Amino acid sequence: MINLKEWINKGRLKSPWVVHFDCGSCNGCDIEILACLTPVHDVERFGIINVGNPKHADVLLVSGTVNHRNKIALKNIYDQMAEPKAVIAIGACGLSGGVFHDCYNVVGGVNKVIPVDVYVPGCPPRPEAIIDGVVVALEQIKIKLGLAEAPAVHAVHME
Amino acid sequence: MMILGKLLLGVIGLALATFIGGFISGLDRKITARMQSRFGPPLAQPFYDVLKLWGKAPMAVNAWLVLCAYLTLMASALSVFLFFAQSDLLLIFFVMTIGAVFQVMGALSVNSPFSHVGAQRELLQMFTYEPLIILVIIGIAMHTGSFSIASIYALDTPLLYSMPFLYVALGIAFTIKLRKSPFDISASHHGHQEIVRGVLTEYTGRQLAMLEVAHWLDVVLLLGLCSLFWSTSAIGLFLLLAVTYFAELFVDNVSARLTWGWMIKRALGPGVALAMVNLLWLYAIK
Ligand code: SF4
Repeated sequence: MINLKEWINKGRLKSPWVVHFDCGSCNGCDIEILACLTPVHDVERFGIINVGNPKHADVLLVSGTVNHRNKIALKNIYDQMAEPKAVIAIGACGLSGGVFHDCYNVVGGVNKVIPVDVYVPGCPPRPEAIIDGVVVALEQIKIKLGLAEAPAVHAVHME
Repeated sequence: MMILGKLLLGVIGLALATFIGGFISGLDRKITARMQSRFGPPLAQPFYDVLKLWGKAPMAVNAWLVLCAYLTLMASALSVFLFFAQSDLLLIFFVMTIGAVFQVMGALSVNSPFSHVGAQRELLQMFTYEPLIILVIIGIAMHTGSFSIASIYALDTPLLYSMPFLYVALGIAFTIKLRKSPFDISASHHGHQEIVRGVLTEYTGRQLAMLEVAHWLDVVLLLGLCSLFWSTSAIGLFLLLAVTYFAELFVDNVSARLTWGWMIKRALGPGVALAMVNLLWLYAIK
């Protein structure tokens, strides 16, 4: 007899709902994120659904640089998500500020404002890399739940 | 003994309905994905979703929302229980309505504008499908002379022969209740994002899981109502349900989401007209 907790953990790994926040991206990364939903990549086969509501989401995908205006919105969205949750920073901009890093209005990468679990590099990253990012985020959630050991490398390399 | 047997039937039916409802939802997503030339999620995906939602940290905005989620689930469960216990159709309908009303009340108890817009639209959807279901029930009562489900099973020809137009009206009500295109107005199904999730926006974690299960039960109840139209043979019943559900999926995938005004004009009007024609026909052949 498997207990309810184990069933819930199985569900958590099989149904990561993602919410996407565009933090001042050039839209390059956003298009690649949306490409994951198309028939070519079809993330729904992993149970991944793109929801519009942070309150229903498990994984936050952030693309673009954080600036002084939208850091409040970013923090707000993060706070509205219920535990357990994970954050994925997407693209060079989300990682460090990218080409915009020394603009006067830019704070920097997503991790300046909220804790980031997975970094997906690229300008923009390929949809495969983004999907892999979500899979790695699930590993992170596994570690948070105490179901797996922490690995040494967190970044995704696809090229 | 009779009553005990019916109670037992109701309990078994309710337990089965929860599982069947979940798998219908999984099958729904799989077939929809195939229609869009995607691979689609595993069949058990709805169960994974509900289990995950059940395990989320509590984030309810207020106590009223939690109460409404419980009451919605209880009303849906009770209506399915009554259906399998072969109770009175009118009673089943009223219990089902209570569930829908509490879901709206919960959505109205918070400040979120998305939730409010969703709730108002859900009321308009109820305003559209409820008259249709009531007319179907009246038709059944005119034909069999009673509101009880047992009297339908006593018939020796399928209801569909004498109530084809009422079946179409029921199909329209079913599409609205399923929240499928073109009627996914108050809250949309997964993958679509109408006004965030409309009436479901503020329900999170456990409450959302409960509403999801309540939705499965509602779908089973509506399929149950459809099954009454071919109560004479199990194969005919299964074929009728399969064709009906496939038609729902087809309509969902070929149509766009439309507005509530269109729904009232193009769904309520023709639906009531079809039902009335059928009722007059029933009256004439009496
Ligand atoms: S990483 Fe590149 S593609 Fe992505 S938002 Fe920045 S500039 Fe655009």
